[in-house]
Amino acid sequence: MSPIGKDLPRNKDSGLRLLTVGLLYLSPMLIFMLVFTFYPMLKTLYYSFYTTNAHGIPVLFVGLDNYIQLFQSDSFLTSLRGTFLYVLYTVPLGVAIAFFLAIISSERLRGIQFFRVIFSSTIGVSVAAGSMIFLFLFHPSIGFLNHVLDWIGLAPIHWLTNPKWALISVAATSVWMGIGFNYIILLGGIQGIPEDMYESAKIDGAGYWVRLFRITLPMVSPTLFFVIIVTVIHSFQSFGQIDILTKGGPAESTNLIVYSIYQNAFIHYKFGIASAQAIILFLIVLIATIIQFKVGEKKVHYQ
Amino acid sequence: MRISLYQKGLFYFLLIAASVLMFFPIVYAVLASLMTSEEIMTGKLFPASFRFDNFTLALKSVPLMKFMLNSLIISLTVMLGQIIVCCLAAYAIVFIPFKGRNFIFFLLISTMMIPWEATMIPNYLTIVGLNWVNTYQGLSLPFFALAFGVFLLRQHFLTLPHELHESAQLEGCGRLRYLVSFVIPLSMPMLSALGVYGFLTTWNMYLWPLLTTTNNNVRTVQIGLKMMQAQETNTNWPVVMAGVVIVLVPTLLFLFLSLKQLRRGLMSGALKG
Repeated sequence: MSPIGKDLPRNKDSGLRLLTVGLLYLSPMLIFMLVFTFYPMLKTLYYSFYTTNAHGIPVLFVGLDNYIQLFQSDSFLTSLRGTFLYVLYTVPLGVAIAFFLAIISSERLRGIQFFRVIFSSTIGVSVAAGSMIFLFLFHPSIGFLNHVLDWIGLAPIHWLTNPKWALISVAATSVWMGIGFNYIILLGGIQGIPEDMYESAKIDGAGYWVRLFRITLPMVSPTLFFVIIVTVIHSFQSFGQIDILTKGGPAESTNLIVYSIYQNAFIHYKFGIASAQAIILFLIVLIATIIQFKVGEKKVHYQ
Repeated sequence: MRISLYQKGLFYFLLIAASVLMFFPIVYAVLASLMTSEEIMTGKLFPASFRFDNFTLALKSVPLMKFMLNSLIISLTVMLGQIIVCCLAAYAIVFIPFKGRNFIFFLLISTMMIPWEATMIPNYLTIVGLNWVNTYQGLSLPFFALAFGVFLLRQHFLTLPHELHESAQLEGCGRLRYLVSFVIPLSMPMLSALGVYGFLTTWNMYLWPLLTTTNNNVRTVQIGLKMMQAQETNTNWPVVMAGVVIVLVPTLLFLFLSLKQLRRGLMSGALKG
């Protein structure tokens, strides 16, 4: 890039000139956005109204048929129900555990830094590595979990092949992998609470629980809310753990929306249907984000 | 908060118990990678002796070192690409007072609502059309434009003194020179936060490399792990766990060293988001 604006006095900075320079600096960003975000987003919408051939070339305009077909197919409804159930399994539990860890590690204790590193560690565990470890832990005959069940005299569970358990097992894996991220943000939120609030509460004779529920919880609630929304969005996007642990089975019980998109698009080459699913995913995430903004606005008021 | 001795004990108990539970899967993977198949079968927790054969076997079954190098190249490329592209964009939005910059900022930020999976089908077709399957550019270029990065850097650039920018301009300091010699050095903490974030997310990426790699030349470690699983019907678990450990150790070390930067980055995203 050339040294724009060099040796030029300020009075030459006319509106048009500034616009040119500004856009020049923004151009890499805008070009990448155009090619890899805006164009494909519109293209996805476009595909969702078509049926395509195996090369992804749209052959027939079908209007809303792809959407209608989706909402009439048991497979998609199962996938949607599974996705919402999975979100329900992962988000409250994942956030609650991370919040608990953040609370017990926010005290100023000797060696606390060590625990904080441990609690953050799963952010460095990739989906593939984490899922491989859990695939091993869930193994029906040699997995550690069934060894434990055996020791306490219980029958082994087919964690990943029993339709009753598979989604729960995948969700448990996701909860564990998500703790690190949630923990880091929640700990930061708790540490951002001014110390003197606690001091004055203590002078008033407030005990630990009162301080926790009257100060920590309300003060950290905006952060908590942020974490919940991010985790919800993230849960809707889960893919790797399903691909490694269950491949969508058994009986499609873990065929969550992104995995279903992947299968339709890249296994069955039904780009039209897959694009309609992608648009539905987009709308779900959009709604979650709008909720965040609405509530986020409110949070400014009471701070 | 100051707490009593009794509470202190309770906290340490909870902290230790939680750490054991949290870290157990990783510790167990490390222990299993040192065991024999027989020890795994019988449900032992500790190996009788440390066997490192599993690691050599893991490296023989899948070219993990090659994959590691690929992951490193791709992650560094994305990290640098994101930093350069986001720096230029955030600089324009904060320091160049042109008309419509707030609109462009809003437009960029609004893309944070688009789940990446909603664009992956056309992106895949683009990469195929460009003949970029199995190339480093196909694996890295789609991730250069990071709206979150622009957001993060804009928030930080706004805190830099504006007078500095004006006086530098009066003295004939060009914009690009100002960016390189003032803005960037003053933003190192934020840039490193962004860098750590970009590196880790790229390193851990799974779906995109799964779609756009079909041979071992450019495959990443994450796909390598999947390959270890798929390779044999009768999976040799100690070897697979050795593979997992090989992949896990560099990221965990990197995370432990850069936790401070990462926390700063995530926090400024969370508190203002």
